[in-house]
Amino acid sequence: MINASLTELRAALDAGKISSVELATLFLDRIERLDPALNTFITVDRDGALAAARAADARLAAGDAGPLTGIPLAHKDVFCTEGVLTTCGSKMLANFISPYDAHVVSLLKAAGAVSLGKTNMDEFAMGSSNENSHFGPAKNPWDTTRIPGGSSGGSAAAVAARLVPIATGTDTGGSVRQPAALTGVTGIKPTYGVVSRYGMIAYASSLDQGGAFGASAADCGQLLTAMAGFDPRDSTSLERPAEDYSRELAAPAAARPLAGLRIGLPKEFFGAGMADDVRAAVEAALDGYRALGATTVDVSLPNAQLAIPAYYVIAPAEASSNLSRFDGVRYGHRAADYRDLAEMYSKSRAEGFGAEVKRRILVGTYVLSHGYYDAYYLQAQKLRRLIAQDFQAALADCDVIAGPTSPTTAWAIGEKSDDPVQMYLSDIYTIAVNLAGLPGLSHPCGFGAGELPVGLQLVGDYFSEARLLNVAHRFQQASDWHLRRPAIAA
Amino acid sequence: MSRNDWEVVIGLEVHAQLNTASKIFSAASTAFGAEPNVQASAVDIALPGVLPVLNGGAVERAIRFGVAIGATVAPKSVFARKNYFYPDLPKGYQISQFELPVVQGGTITIRVGDGDGDKAYEKTVQLTRAHLEEDAGKSLHEDFHGMSGIDLNRAGTPLLEIVSEPDMRSSAEAVAYARALHALVRWIDICDGNMQEGSFRCDANVSVRRPGGPLGTRREIKNLNSFRFLQQAIDFEVQWQIDTIEDGGRIQQATVLFDPDTGETRMMRSKEDAHDYRYFPDPDLLPLVISPEWIARVRSEMPELPGAMKARLVDDYGLSAYDAASLTASKEIAAYYQAMLAAADAKPGSQVPKLGANWVMGELAAQLNRAERDIGDSPVASAQLAGLVQRIADGTISNNIARKVFAALWNGEGGTGPDAADRIIEAQGLRQVNDSSALEPLIDEVLAANQKSVDEFRAGKEKAFNALVGQVMKASRGKANPAQVNELLKRKLEA
Repeated sequence: MINASLTELRAALDAGKISSVELATLFLDRIERLDPALNTFITVDRDGALAAARAADARLAAGDAGPLTGIPLAHKDVFCTEGVLTTCGSKMLANFISPYDAHVVSLLKAAGAVSLGKTNMDEFAMGSSNENSHFGPAKNPWDTTRIPGGSSGGSAAAVAARLVPIATGTDTGGSVRQPAALTGVTGIKPTYGVVSRYGMIAYASSLDQGGAFGASAADCGQLLTAMAGFDPRDSTSLERPAEDYSRELAAPAAARPLAGLRIGLPKEFFGAGMADDVRAAVEAALDGYRALGATTVDVSLPNAQLAIPAYYVIAPAEASSNLSRFDGVRYGHRAADYRDLAEMYSKSRAEGFGAEVKRRILVGTYVLSHGYYDAYYLQAQKLRRLIAQDFQAALADCDVIAGPTSPTTAWAIGEKSDDPVQMYLSDIYTIAVNLAGLPGLSHPCGFGAGELPVGLQLVGDYFSEARLLNVAHRFQQASDWHLRRPAIAA
Repeated sequence: MSRNDWEVVIGLEVHAQLNTASKIFSAASTAFGAEPNVQASAVDIALPGVLPVLNGGAVERAIRFGVAIGATVAPKSVFARKNYFYPDLPKGYQISQFELPVVQGGTITIRVGDGDGDKAYEKTVQLTRAHLEEDAGKSLHEDFHGMSGIDLNRAGTPLLEIVSEPDMRSSAEAVAYARALHALVRWIDICDGNMQEGSFRCDANVSVRRPGGPLGTRREIKNLNSFRFLQQAIDFEVQWQIDTIEDGGRIQQATVLFDPDTGETRMMRSKEDAHDYRYFPDPDLLPLVISPEWIARVRSEMPELPGAMKARLVDDYGLSAYDAASLTASKEIAAYYQAMLAAADAKPGSQVPKLGANWVMGELAAQLNRAERDIGDSPVASAQLAGLVQRIADGTISNNIARKVFAALWNGEGGTGPDAADRIIEAQGLRQVNDSSALEPLIDEVLAANQKSVDEFRAGKEKAFNALVGQVMKASRGKANPAQVNELLKRKLEA
């Protein structure tokens, strides 16, 4: 049951082979047994989960079950959950119990999904390794001396270790796709505006986007369908008709299901910097795609190499402002002793924030300062537009863009902790996608040295989530990388 | 050197609280006076994860203002974050507009000085911009020992910040501008104008210079919440700046506060301490796009504006510029006067508009002032005053008798409607005596009884004539037509 797909779990619940309470208990017990070594959860809400599972069983009995009713999941701790600790991986919010649910959380509650708890993450979603969590790093289930990626490392690792079938995440510069790649699961970040940001604690508002983790594209599609949709409480939420993101997956399997699909390979994503083992796995996966009928074309994203500098201006700028509300006045951490207001602010924030958060607040404050705004923030916004135009030009010649998700496989805990720039470079293939606001997906495509998973990233045009999921699904129908499990999940 | 050697330069920034039912970015109520923090929603207290959603009613009011002052209503404007830390600013930034405000340009015409005399003049003040923003909460320092309380009921209340060019040259002009603006925002119903509750707050940028010279360094006086304080603060500040310069000092750019108790301004922070607000476009809000259709609809729903009404009163009824300005000084006065004209069915050329104007601005205003009542709940309704004015115009009663009738109306006599004055006139027998056959015996009696005055008049003492007129009026118990008395008396004395 722990390795079952959502479709199989649905069938088992509908057939009464297992109750939602039994299913939740199965996973809760796994968390209790295995998570001390993995640290993927910040909060496990056994009581809340069992209550939700009982309600789901009642709905099942009443014939009122939807696709996710009774399915266990976990939320990245960036999503506010009413009555449940919502820390955002920070000491600043280590005592914060949200009085309201994020839009995503309330949608999934209404769908009858059973939240088991809140997953570990880099503090305020700033990081690529999960090492920036106040609660200690989540571990990669394939090798617990290694990082699971970040910032949604807890969600990715929990799904990879089968502590939960599916999980939510957020992706500002790769925070769903990169940990999905490094832990061997599938993760999708939809078009900016598809998932409401209401109740998702903001890091960089113009880039943040909720996303889904699952063992397969099929599982991600079901979760995304339940998470997405217009929300009038988020002004950047897109007012579009609801979509079934799994709609293309039902087409029958065929020998060459991707015939006619043009996959663009940006030369900038295959240059120096990519590890040999990652390159080999990605190239092999592309051969797999060709075998399914797809053709590959060379494309170029000439400004892609500017994505990291642009991102590290825009995201910290927005973060420096977004995180101003954490001042110790109304909630969250407040220093015990202070002489005056200024000291209350400085001590509370100095104590409540970790090093990387402080670094980004400082960078962001600097680039927005009088006299620097034009040189940094406005320039970065111009680069952002150029990068978006690059993607549009490339997508004129192909249907989806493919490449590695991350230049390397998971690295050892502590390996890059002292070198922020090396850490930032691990998102080199994912960040441009956020700057353009496009949807991106990472799926397992093989293994590198040390039996560590490698992910392949697919990027499509705006609102092409259903297509991306279908492309990945056809690959997964013909391969078994997504079915491999770390020993811990066996 | 004296003050005359200096030119004063003033620009005003006014924060007008928009009278929407809910806040600019949340659904919480904007009502004044609730218990602390009961009107603070999750958005207003800036819980983690909450997002702003723009209140269309606030935008509608900004458009109304832009149309009313002949400004450009920007087809696209941008909300920006103004970043600073303060406990009553929950997000650590204020959502405002910076580079692209919703209202750009526009003018307001002011009238400075009283009456229609030589010293009164009109002036057109250019506006720079008006932008939408949210208010902060309040810090309460009094009620807590060694601590401050925070009340976030006001946080997120919609404001229109209205910025003028530095076009004012005296505190009188600044006050006239502030009053005109105050009247306008109430006239077009975007702000209740309640200055005690902080719904209309003025900041004054003041500098002095040699006439024709380059602009001096300005100091900004913050948060003036009455026209009197505005005047006092500017006057003090101007004198302080002149004294400082004439004593060899230099003005440093600064923000100052006005202390109503001492009548003085004092420095709050210098330019060196000024915040770097790190403005940038708010990524939580899309650019504000206003369609031409929206502006056209607002324009079509716009009431007649004070300027247009003023011109109409002068053109159609021959009122003086001063009278017309006074009658359009507030929405309520204008509405009262308009209703009075309608009830009297006043046509151009009739005496009613001018007489009515005198009564509204004279006796009625004086009595309301004495009773501390607003014209909106005047004991004498516009229709009642219309009836009274009509009787003055048609000679039924004199102005003096009209005062008696007015007093009776004020006391609730005569019932309602335009006929109230007639009922009082009939009941008290106040109809003016225009019949010379009735007046002549009265005059004869007075002449016979006041031979001394008659003699004095004939000896050339003009004053004696007035005494005789007074006696006749007294004998008629005020009902005689004074013009007629004059004429008859003169004829008899010169006979």
